Amino acid sequence: MRVMAQMAMVMNLDKCIGCHTCSVTCKQTWTNRTGMEYVWFNNVETRPGQGYPRTYEDQDRWQGGWELNKRGRLTLRAGNRLKNLLTIFSSPKMPSIQDYYEPWTYDYETLTDAPLQEHTPVARPKSLISGKDMDISWSANWDDDLAGAPELAKDDPVLQKVSDKVRFEFEQTFMFYLPRICEHCLNPSCAASCPSGAIYKRSEDGIVLVDQDKCRGWRKCVTGCPYKKVYFNHRTGKAEKCTFCFPRIEVGLPTVCAETCVGRLRYIGLVLYDADAVLEAASVEDDRELLAAQRQVLLDPDDPRVVREAERSGIPRDWIEAAQRSPVWSLINRYEVALPLHPEYRTMPMVWYIPPLSPVVDVVSDTGEDAEDRGNLFAAIESLRIPVEYLAELFTAGDTAPVTAVLKRLAAMRSYMRDINLGREPDESIPEAVGMDGESLYDMYRLLAIAKYDERYVIPPAHAEQAHGLEELATECSLDYEGGPGMGGWGPFGEGSGGTTPIAVENFQALKQRQTTNTLGDPEDKESRVNLLNWDGKGKPEGLFPPRPGQDRGAPELMDGTDPDAETDPKP
Amino acid sequence: MTTTPDLVLWVVLPYACLAVFVVGHYWRYRYDKFGWTTLSSQLYESRLLRWGSPLFHFGILAVLLGHVMGLGIPKSWTEAVGISEGVYHVLAVGVGAVAGFCTLVGMAILIYRRRTVGPVFSATTRMDKVMYLALAVVILLGIANTVGGNIIDHYDYREGLSVWFRGIFRLDPHPEIMAGAPFTFQAHAVTAFLLFALWPFTRLVHVFSAPIGYLWRPYVPYRSREDRLGQRRGGRGWERVGENRRR
Ligand code: SF4
Ligand code: SF4
Repeated sequence: MRVMAQMAMVMNLDKCIGCHTCSVTCKQTWTNRTGMEYVWFNNVETRPGQGYPRTYEDQDRWQGGWELNKRGRLTLRAGNRLKNLLTIFSSPKMPSIQDYYEPWTYDYETLTDAPLQEHTPVARPKSLISGKDMDISWSANWDDDLAGAPELAKDDPVLQKVSDKVRFEFEQTFMFYLPRICEHCLNPSCAASCPSGAIYKRSEDGIVLVDQDKCRGWRKCVTGCPYKKVYFNHRTGKAEKCTFCFPRIEVGLPTVCAETCVGRLRYIGLVLYDADAVLEAASVEDDRELLAAQRQVLLDPDDPRVVREAERSGIPRDWIEAAQRSPVWSLINRYEVALPLHPEYRTMPMVWYIPPLSPVVDVVSDTGEDAEDRGNLFAAIESLRIPVEYLAELFTAGDTAPVTAVLKRLAAMRSYMRDINLGREPDESIPEAVGMDGESLYDMYRLLAIAKYDERYVIPPAHAEQAHGLEELATECSLDYEGGPGMGGWGPFGEGSGGTTPIAVENFQALKQRQTTNTLGDPEDKESRVNLLNWDGKGKPEGLFPPRPGQDRGAPELMDGTDPDAETDPKP
Repeated sequence: MTTTPDLVLWVVLPYACLAVFVVGHYWRYRYDKFGWTTLSSQLYESRLLRWGSPLFHFGILAVLLGHVMGLGIPKSWTEAVGISEGVYHVLAVGVGAVAGFCTLVGMAILIYRRRTVGPVFSATTRMDKVMYLALAVVILLGIANTVGGNIIDHYDYREGLSVWFRGIFRLDPHPEIMAGAPFTFQAHAVTAFLLFALWPFTRLVHVFSAPIGYLWRPYVPYRSREDRLGQRRGGRGWERVGENRRR
């Protein structure tokens, strides 16, 4: 057994309202640069829908991820190493910019420059790729909220796998949002496809990164990733991908997408896994066994044997403790409600999802029945084959049993908690029906419904003695290039060439202090430096506005009068 | 007797260009690892690229091999292993013509693509244009030599140009050999050396990152802070104990 630690995420899809806040804040932080206009490290897709880039899940077409070859060995779907090298001059399966969308801006200048004329001047869309006028015909969320679904949704590769006859009814009744980031896979096919070896997995926390200095722009990773979460920066000629906001994670802060998530539906924590078992688990023959295999690769952090092995392989004590408190571990293996996205790609993704019960609840309440009654919900889960089949295609390689089991647990939680909230005697037969006891069902409820910041994000900071090494890694991040926060400036070969400036971990320490403190405004002893990206909306940071004459720099004002700790927490 | 122009063209220029080539690459690698890339434009357009790029690249790889054979291996060696002049000639012209033709067609497609596809053209830097020009001239002259020097009238470069070329690396230059070579061969040699001088400052550097190691390395690379130690300098004030002495 070789224990390694992995930073992982769980998203509770029932709570996603599709507001795209996560996508926007992520973009502002990481990809608001030229060459990255079309890049969304975090995107939110409406399902059913084609996804981003269009139909990326159709692996017969895009050839991403792994498959078993004739001898039962795991190989890249796009071809073995030799084939990969021979097709290096023109990557055959790479999506073109049209499969994403052609980014554009508007010619705002005409609005102010136009001569006096009868008609109001208009700002015309200009392509950011060619600089020419263009017609806007597609973008990242063109099919948001089922827009154009009658024509567009039929191209959803997942929907195509669900049987034909019920499709129409399904489209009328069933929709949910799927936020996606890089999965930081245990068996990343992006890294395996990279001829230069520029993509690596950090052995401390499993975050998958692209070494910008080693990347030579061969584009193989774009094909290799079945989730299409490596993007090609067309200005610098380098691949870039989600970084799991590693500079924040290193100081114990959650990723930007999680921090800003309006639905508070994201959980971040460590899982321990057995690195020696990964290959075997990814090579399980039957696609439907992959979920169980993947669950088994994760190790129980409370098992003394695992703790001993973890210590042996150099995982610090506080990291092991963090793994024991990890909400991700609880959701995956203690309550068994989280499922991986497309386990059949065999990359062992590490961002898991709690499938949405809401489509089922909606149907039940539309019929006027009691949507919190266990009997009604269980019956609906059994009879609503289509949503369940669709979810199964997403999360369990088409096996409906695990999805049904999860949905039943969520339904049981709903009806069990209703009794408690109404002050009635809790019905212990409800948790029994889904193989749980009342206490753990209640704990699950707590974690899903009211867990506070420090329960949702259990992130042990990187160690001081590691800080230097990690800071060194940070010098390789895309942040340093043009327009990035670390902005290295211009070199003789255009943007981003030349040396780099390291990210100062200290800045993040100061920011963390400000974000986790209960006092409003910024700490007095810190030099005032306003960074809106990291501002959490509490109070009015000093320096945001110039001081008013006659007012001393005293207590910061409360902006909206809400108390962040005022959430209620019903007791059983 | 060697005249001054001959000396400049066949001794000074090659050494100067090679020096720029070597030092330039070292400097570029140290200073600009981030800019060291193929700068692919496949994202914009892949229909033409699918044909043009493999044709050009495989063609030029074959051409490179041909040059290694023709320039690097003395005639006496091939004859010693029993390859007669006639056989060698047929082989060289045959394979060379096919490879040269592929390269030329590939390059024509790529240049056409670069000029006509809007996004690709607007992503073309001035350096790219200079490089394309140099590359095209060298390749065209090279093809002219294959055709002209072998088929129309005969110049045995293996007893001429090749000897001069090897002399440069043995630090035993013989400018008089080149002074007697046909004009197109002279031009090909000069432009090729100029291209070498240009090389480190263009995207051609990607040639030196041909990822052959991929065939042997493990699929998923892991990196930890231990791996990093010693590979790269820390910030000022972060030197580890004894670090100065090791450098
Ligand atoms: S999801 Fe992320 S780690 Fe997994 S293959 Fe894609 S880019 Fe790599
Ligand atoms: S911010 Fe949260 S709720 Fe909004 S789209 Fe993103 S994941 Fe969903």
